[in-house]
Amino acid sequence: MPAVKETVKQVGDIGVEKYKFGWSTDLETEKAPIGLSEDTIRFISHKKDEPKWMLDWRLEAYQRFQTMKQPNWAKVDYPDINFNDMYFYSAPKDIDGPASLEDVDPELLKTYDKLGIPLLEQEMLAGVKKNIAVDAVFDSVSVVTTFKDKLAEVGIIFCSISEAIREHPDLVQKYISSVVPKSDNYFSALNCAVFTDGSFVYIPPNTRCPMELSTYFRINDKNTGQFERTLIIADKGSYVSYLEGCTAPQRDENQLHAAVVELVALENAEIKYSTVQNWYPGDENGVGGIYNFVTKRGDCRGRNSKISWTQVETGSAVTWKYPSCILRGDNSVGEFYSIAISNAYQQIDSGTKMVHLGKNTTSKIISKGISAGNSSNAYRGLVSSHRKAEKARNFTQCDSLLIGNKCSAHTVPYIDCKNSSSIFEHEATTSKISDDQIFYCGQRGIGTEDAIALIVNGFCKEVLQELPMEFAVEAQKLVGISLEGSVG
Amino acid sequence: MFKISNLTVSIDDKEILKNFGIEVGPGEVHAIMGPNGSGKSTLAHVCAGKEEYTVLSGNVVLNDEELLEMEPEERSTRGLFLAFQYPIEIPGVTTMTFLKSSLEAHYKANGREPLTTPEFMKYVKSKATELNIDDSMIKRPLNVGFSGGEKKRNEILQMALLDPKICILDETDSGLDIDALRLVAEGVNKLRNDNRSFIVITHYQRLLDYIKPDFVHIMHDGKIIQTGDSSLALDLEKSGYANYIK
Repeated sequence: MPAVKETVKQVGDIGVEKYKFGWSTDLETEKAPIGLSEDTIRFISHKKDEPKWMLDWRLEAYQRFQTMKQPNWAKVDYPDINFNDMYFYSAPKDIDGPASLEDVDPELLKTYDKLGIPLLEQEMLAGVKKNIAVDAVFDSVSVVTTFKDKLAEVGIIFCSISEAIREHPDLVQKYISSVVPKSDNYFSALNCAVFTDGSFVYIPPNTRCPMELSTYFRINDKNTGQFERTLIIADKGSYVSYLEGCTAPQRDENQLHAAVVELVALENAEIKYSTVQNWYPGDENGVGGIYNFVTKRGDCRGRNSKISWTQVETGSAVTWKYPSCILRGDNSVGEFYSIAISNAYQQIDSGTKMVHLGKNTTSKIISKGISAGNSSNAYRGLVSSHRKAEKARNFTQCDSLLIGNKCSAHTVPYIDCKNSSSIFEHEATTSKISDDQIFYCGQRGIGTEDAIALIVNGFCKEVLQELPMEFAVEAQKLVGISLEGSVG
Repeated sequence: MFKISNLTVSIDDKEILKNFGIEVGPGEVHAIMGPNGSGKSTLAHVCAGKEEYTVLSGNVVLNDEELLEMEPEERSTRGLFLAFQYPIEIPGVTTMTFLKSSLEAHYKANGREPLTTPEFMKYVKSKATELNIDDSMIKRPLNVGFSGGEKKRNEILQMALLDPKICILDETDSGLDIDALRLVAEGVNKLRNDNRSFIVITHYQRLLDYIKPDFVHIMHDGKIIQTGDSSLALDLEKSGYANYIK
């Protein structure tokens, strides 16, 4: 058998093994009644011990949601989601919110240990593991948030959103849905009605967050949707770097993750938001996997503020996601660095929006799409300037790499320029990993899988450089793993 | 040392190599000359394990090991090196990263500890100096925007780094001006030793002015039709292939 086919066959045989987070944890759980209804929403709000304004806010969103239709403009194809067949809340029994580490079920701690997520503060302080604060969200609840006290010493609030709603209602009420309006889109309206947990970050003025903050999302229970809600506020002159990671067990049915993430950067503040998205992508025949329908938006509200999105998207059966920047403050800066890898039957429609409202605002978009197997990978991006946005500046580079001959790559850029002083640039390339490249690498001793990882890592180097160092190494490995068995 | 016997190979049901055989002893340099379409490049590619060919019969043996069963990377780590006629470009991957990956794969396969980055840099530098090659190209993406001469020099540098046992040069002289040709040939000559053998595939006698072969073979229609010493190449240059092809 020819060399590459042999390799592909071998990898195919062990195909199910390659998603190494595909196991699940057996725990007793407490669930909301199945299906979507006002009762479900009341149940969630009650479980979270929310004030009345929050419940009313949810119910209003639900009313709007009922008048909306699922969007169909994205280049993805999936059967209609039946909201009556899924659970909207599932939590390990006896956990209503983040506990201290001592109180966390050892089974859960084991789960995070297996996922490689550092939760033990002592180990980190002793320098055994990297110093990073983690909010761990398990299905519908945050189970633990580390380094809260240490961060509180400098006035930083880092907790689950459920806790923030109870403990810091003023901040939440002031900023929630101020970036993504309730009825912004179908999935964001759904999220407003049923969101369960996520992280809340507030960085006080002139404070540089002393460590990386991160949230680790794990879907565990079956037939359960996860509705993440994250809100990050960087007050004047502050800086924060935040990272989120995502994994889910391997199941034959599809599961929904519909998130809303809002970032607010005030004057001279900077937020760096990185995502390593590795939800279960489905098997090699496209069975199962997560539907990842996410609304992420950052508002550069103050002058000289900056928001930078970096994403490495390797998982999910269907991805629908456009982390965006509203460049409201004069001189504000928006950045979007993306690596989106699709293999097997994965479908990705992802990109960004850079909305230039203020004067002298600049934005940069570097998107690297890699398609393999039978997958479809689309970049969709909007760059716009308001008529008052004097001297707006954008540079977009959008590269696609194809592996094999059954996948596809699409680029759908929208440019909407209302001010003649704007300068918008768009560059795009499409290339293919050729058999000759693989053979050349092989002739020099580099096997097929390693060759693909080498070529792809070279292709997306510019984006990998943007990730925090430790994650860049992880992401590089992930890039290799995601593309195993992609040549045929 | 390196022996090909009864090798019959087809592509798209057309036989390209027909019962081809050659035996190369340690330290020997064999030149294979032949007109276009005689199967020279196919021979090089089949030895290295390129996929699209169907091997119908025969053996390719390096130091008592059958290569035809092996993946290209295994043949490489066992000591077979093919200098490409058209070295392949890989955008985004610097030559240094590529060389390091390649060397690491070789060391790993042969049970050696990988070099640290400073050791690796030193090793590359020493080989480049030895071969009189400007090593500034290793900072650039592999073969991207390289001139014809740079590409071939890069091949010779890789050959030196990987320390192969059998080197097949597939029309290394094509696309080179006379100065580049001399530099590349000198590099090859420096790599000649008692344990390393070469098969030099070429159209023209010119390259053989610089790399003196021990044997010259004329290849036609998928097999060797005549074998001689270096004078055969000179005769061929004068009289053309027609005289030998009956």
